[in-house]
Amino acid sequence: MKKMSKTTKDNMITYLMVILIFIVVQILTSTGNVSSLLQGLLVPLCAYIILAVSLNLTVGILGELSLGHAGFMCVGAFTSAFFSKCAMEAIPVTGLRYFIALLIGAAAAGACGILIGIPVLRLKGDYLAIVTLAFGEIIKNIVNVLFIGKDENGFHFSTKDSLSLGLEDGGKVIINGPQGITGTPKDSTFIIGVALILVTLFIVLNLMHSRSGRAIMAIRDNRIAAESVGINITKYKLMAFSISAALAGVAGVIYAHNLATLTAQPKNFGYNMSIMILVFVVLGGIGNMRGSIIAAIILTLLPELLRSLSDYRMLIYAVVLIVMMLFNWSPKAIEWREKFSAKFRRGKNKSAKEAA
Amino acid sequence: MKMKKAVSAILVAAMAMTLMAGCGSKSDSGSDKAADAGSESGSVFKIGAIGPVTGGAAVYGEAVKNGAELAVKEINEAGGIGGTQVELKYEDDEHDAEKAVNAYNTLKDWGMHALLGTVTSAPCVAVGEVAQADNTFMLTPSGTAVECVQYDNAFRVCFSDPMQGLESAKYIGEKGLAKKVAAIYDSSDVYSTGIYEAFVKEAENQDFEIVAAEAFTAEAKTDFSVQLQKAKDAGAELVFLPFYYTEASLVLKQAAGMKFSPIFFGCDGMDGILAVEGFDVDLANNLMFMSPFTPTSEDETIQKFVKDYEEAYGQTPNQFAADAYDGVYAIKAAMEAGEVTADMSPSDVCDAMKEAMLEISIDGVTAKGLTWEASGEPSKEPMVVKIENGDYAVVE
Repeated sequence: MKKMSKTTKDNMITYLMVILIFIVVQILTSTGNVSSLLQGLLVPLCAYIILAVSLNLTVGILGELSLGHAGFMCVGAFTSAFFSKCAMEAIPVTGLRYFIALLIGAAAAGACGILIGIPVLRLKGDYLAIVTLAFGEIIKNIVNVLFIGKDENGFHFSTKDSLSLGLEDGGKVIINGPQGITGTPKDSTFIIGVALILVTLFIVLNLMHSRSGRAIMAIRDNRIAAESVGINITKYKLMAFSISAALAGVAGVIYAHNLATLTAQPKNFGYNMSIMILVFVVLGGIGNMRGSIIAAIILTLLPELLRSLSDYRMLIYAVVLIVMMLFNWSPKAIEWREKFSAKFRRGKNKSAKEAA
Repeated sequence: MKMKKAVSAILVAAMAMTLMAGCGSKSDSGSDKAADAGSESGSVFKIGAIGPVTGGAAVYGEAVKNGAELAVKEINEAGGIGGTQVELKYEDDEHDAEKAVNAYNTLKDWGMHALLGTVTSAPCVAVGEVAQADNTFMLTPSGTAVECVQYDNAFRVCFSDPMQGLESAKYIGEKGLAKKVAAIYDSSDVYSTGIYEAFVKEAENQDFEIVAAEAFTAEAKTDFSVQLQKAKDAGAELVFLPFYYTEASLVLKQAAGMKFSPIFFGCDGMDGILAVEGFDVDLANNLMFMSPFTPTSEDETIQKFVKDYEEAYGQTPNQFAADAYDGVYAIKAAMEAGEVTADMSPSDVCDAMKEAMLEISIDGVTAKGLTWEASGEPSKEPMVVKIENGDYAVVE
């Protein structure tokens, strides 16, 4: 343990935290101590954690603001759900089908990230925020006018209504415009979700501490200095952004394969959702992956656990947001925390010495 | 650097504690409830209901909540179901499939025997999937999409979308109301597109022609002049409006403004148009729509329901409230017919109720002699209502 570098140790704490939560939840579930509400929330939680970590890569490490993360999630969700629906008969093995769906979702979302990134990441300033904001809305609206059906002659496309697809008898509509995709197989499980969280963390943390990651952070901290030492700005920016988009696509795949209906509404894939993910990142601490995970867990669970308060839960949720913000970011709170931790550590050192 | 690490460690601990605290209070409240339930275990029927009471679709969820509460109150005053009192718990789903599943799980933890819900279609399909896996009985008051009742444990009170479109087209064709028909529909709404598509399909078999089909979306539902102009240019004698009354009132106003006066024909969502604030009821004269429920009907049951509802909530009930009211009575009838007791598990209750649903017949506010088929669809005839002199009049 001693030989490990500080960053490795820090990363290990993050991995261990996820694994520990997983084990605790598994034990509680097997002994029947977890309510069905919480059980139902486990898979969405995994999706939100991955979203928060992936957005943190853009916001915390790359230092750019993305307001369209739900758009990438939407791309991942719809492409993978489309694949799963088509391949339901061709590939009856759940695991294999889900694995391919994951790859497709991630690839599609990543490709969208590259498409947007190529022109926008060359610019300085807040252009990425503006363009991703628009992207999220565009994707949502495109999905809402898209009709795709399948019969023995192959696929049929339309942007009008499902009647103009002209399907033969026995053909079925797969994407039905605003009604979205219904009947996606429920393949996402908590174990897969946790495994994907670990994979996401592995990708993001390793990128952070790699050569490329250092370059990305150098760009964030001082673009001109980074440019002057010969770092290819657009390349590294694009790298971070497309990885972040692809991971959001993975979260979309988990989300889509957890519910029987998938519709693109402002509620789940709109601006509000993007902001919610951003809230996870900001409250968890920008650039702090562990914080993102914890913030995502708290802020997803909170409104559900407060259900018994009915109308007041929105109010309390808002108050908790403000309290968390103050605790994390206000200078006085930071000062108090530092004082407190110093005292705590002194106490510990003393006891350690006494023990020795 | 060390300092920062310690700080972050404490932060994590604090956050984890908040989390634990959250869990703690949750399990506390859970055990409280369990204790409550324990003290009267087996003495109360628990009916869960899910619908939006916040967000854009809140109007529908509120109406269902009120209608269901009214019915439960009446049942309890009359001695409950087979002598057992009924408890209703209503959970908000914000018209979101994910939240609806969470709401369903909350109700499951509470020990729900049967579910009245959900109110809107997309969440209903998602909940239906979970309810089927658990074998929980569900009766949706107003989930109109076909997939809502795709499993044998699910039933509905309202008409399905395709059925309304089909019946509308049949009615227009058989009565010879018009030869040239235009349709305006909300392409972002499941309900509206569902009816529209079935209407177009059936129109092929009928003696009229669809001369214009114009769509609008939820983002642009205030200006209909373009759609109306196209319908007018195409020489439409009848305009089919399969959407809700708030938008329809605007359509009627704008049509009057451009001196376009075809027959307007709507579906059950049109019910309530006379109550729109600031709406000139003269504009609605001769408007026809299909509805299972009219608050002005002289039927005794309906009169009593409307009076009680107005007393309790200060507004005239719409069809959502009526569907929910009938839904609770249907659950009551099925529970009695299936000889369900409150100490049975939800799965056993479901098995008994889904058999019983096929045998019961209730005289509700949306239909007389309402029965259900194994497919989950209710068998009731839609009525066509025409507005005359600022009031609803049943044509047949």
